[in-house]
Amino acid sequence: MERIPILQMGEFLLVTIQVDMHDRLAMTLQDDLTNRISQTSANGVLIDISALDIVDSFIGRILGNIAKISQVMDAETVVVGMQPAVAITLVELGMSLTGIRTALNVEKGMALLQATVGSSANAQFTATEWDLEDDAED
Amino acid sequence: MQKIEEMEIQSSSDVVLVRQAVRQFAIELGFGLVDQTKIVTAASELARNTLDYGGGGTVTLETLQNGGRRGLRLTFEDQGPGIPDIELALKDGFTSGGGLGMGLGGAKRLANEFEIESVVGEGTRIIIVRWK
Repeated sequence: MERIPILQMGEFLLVTIQVDMHDRLAMTLQDDLTNRISQTSANGVLIDISALDIVDSFIGRILGNIAKISQVMDAETVVVGMQPAVAITLVELGMSLTGIRTALNVEKGMALLQATVGSSANAQFTATEWDLEDDAED
Repeated sequence: MQKIEEMEIQSSSDVVLVRQAVRQFAIELGFGLVDQTKIVTAASELARNTLDYGGGGTVTLETLQNGGRRGLRLTFEDQGPGIPDIELALKDGFTSGGGLGMGLGGAKRLANEFEIESVVGEGTRIIIVRWK
């Protein structure tokens, strides 16, 4: 069965959505992530949607569900990398993704997760790794 | 030259195929990225409605030429139960299927023209147009 891979990085889970998701695949991701949070005791989830050409109301709802479920399971979710055209369209569609924390890119999302929940050695290590590739925009 | 394509909407994979075909038409018409994204997102909402509420149906994609303007018309048709109260169905937050109720009203906002005809017990036809 088709699945979106979930990677573990220290105490965080990382998901990069790289396919045009049909609705069932999005629901499978929601279930898989919930199970992985429980199995790994992860306290942060980072979802990279930079490869998504559209976010419609269904995918928006799934992202909102994931954020809420993870919160109930003591994990923070950050959605990163939304394309500008997708953001413009989402707002016009009438969805503002209320309750979902967002960041512009993976680096900033990781920093946000670490600032919120991360304090272990693993998270520190991850932070150093990302800093090495830091872009010049800051 | 006008280009027309009719597609079946019978599964959630078909919804993905519809999105891809609409994207391709929009690119061929020279739509900018934001306009492409709007019409593809509207198509995704309406294709899902056709599937979930209409029990499946079809979409027809047509390129339009009106003087110097070029546009894309999408016609979604199903033989489902129909919509008893269209005004209500267009309201944000109204849903009969457990969704957020953004689909119909949202798709209307993302299009330049929007028409809906629905007969209870016979089906629904929704037409949207986005001009370049």
